[in-house]
Amino acid sequence: MEAVLFFAAAIGALGGAIGVVAMRNPFYSVLALIVHLFSLAVLFLLLSSAFIAAAQVVVYAGAVMVLYVFVVAYVGSGDESAWEPLPGQRLLAPLLGAALFVELAIAVLASSLLALGSDGPEVEAGFGDPAAIGYLLLEKFLVPFEASSILLLLAAVGAIVLAGRRREGGRA
Amino acid sequence: MSIEWYIVLSSLLFATGAIGILLRRSPIVILLCLELMLNAGNLALVAFSRMVGNEEGQVFALVVMVVAACEVVVGLGLIVAIFRRKLPLDVDELTELRG
Repeated sequence: MEAVLFFAAAIGALGGAIGVVAMRNPFYSVLALIVHLFSLAVLFLLLSSAFIAAAQVVVYAGAVMVLYVFVVAYVGSGDESAWEPLPGQRLLAPLLGAALFVELAIAVLASSLLALGSDGPEVEAGFGDPAAIGYLLLEKFLVPFEASSILLLLAAVGAIVLAGRRREGGRA
Repeated sequence: MSIEWYIVLSSLLFATGAIGILLRRSPIVILLCLELMLNAGNLALVAFSRMVGNEEGQVFALVVMVVAACEVVVGLGLIVAIFRRKLPLDVDELTELRG
């Protein structure tokens, strides 16, 4: 059962990723990324991390993707021209990507982490639920938690400065 | 499923995102491919957290999600600003900063 779910979600995630890269129309790329994100949420559930899966669906597939859809609809999803400014780009990029994958696979499989081949240790029922994550966030990782909230605030202000409407004749 | 499978899948997704960044020219799609790479990293973090058996890797994945959200907000703000100035949405034509 677990293997069936894993392979279904893995095919969904990989298919979504390939769809993002291969689709000509940016709107379809965004939709493919939503498929990818939902499949990843299933994988997170299989890894018994329920809170991350929920955050993935709510934050990513919900909020972030709505933002993408809005911007694609605003900018207009013009198809990329078939004209290639860099000769050989279409041939070289997959080759380099395949080389990167081979390199990563060698790095993982040749590492001496013996637990890689196992299912991981037995965990109790509360592993990865919101209570455990919240306890870690507010007790052990309080400073990174606050730093990320400041980062979010800075990003919001930066986006307003970048995309806000300029006043006539004045500064930004 | 053993943890190896998740790590191999994560590196496959990372390589797919890297191919997309090398291949595509629309800044929106390049941002989407960045999301792919960040999510591949998240999958590896969560898989390693399961392998070790404590939740600290999942907190790390949450912080990566926050960083990804910030990157989206700033990146999409840049794209809207480029669009407002009637510049082409193509990374090969936006060459003002080329040295």
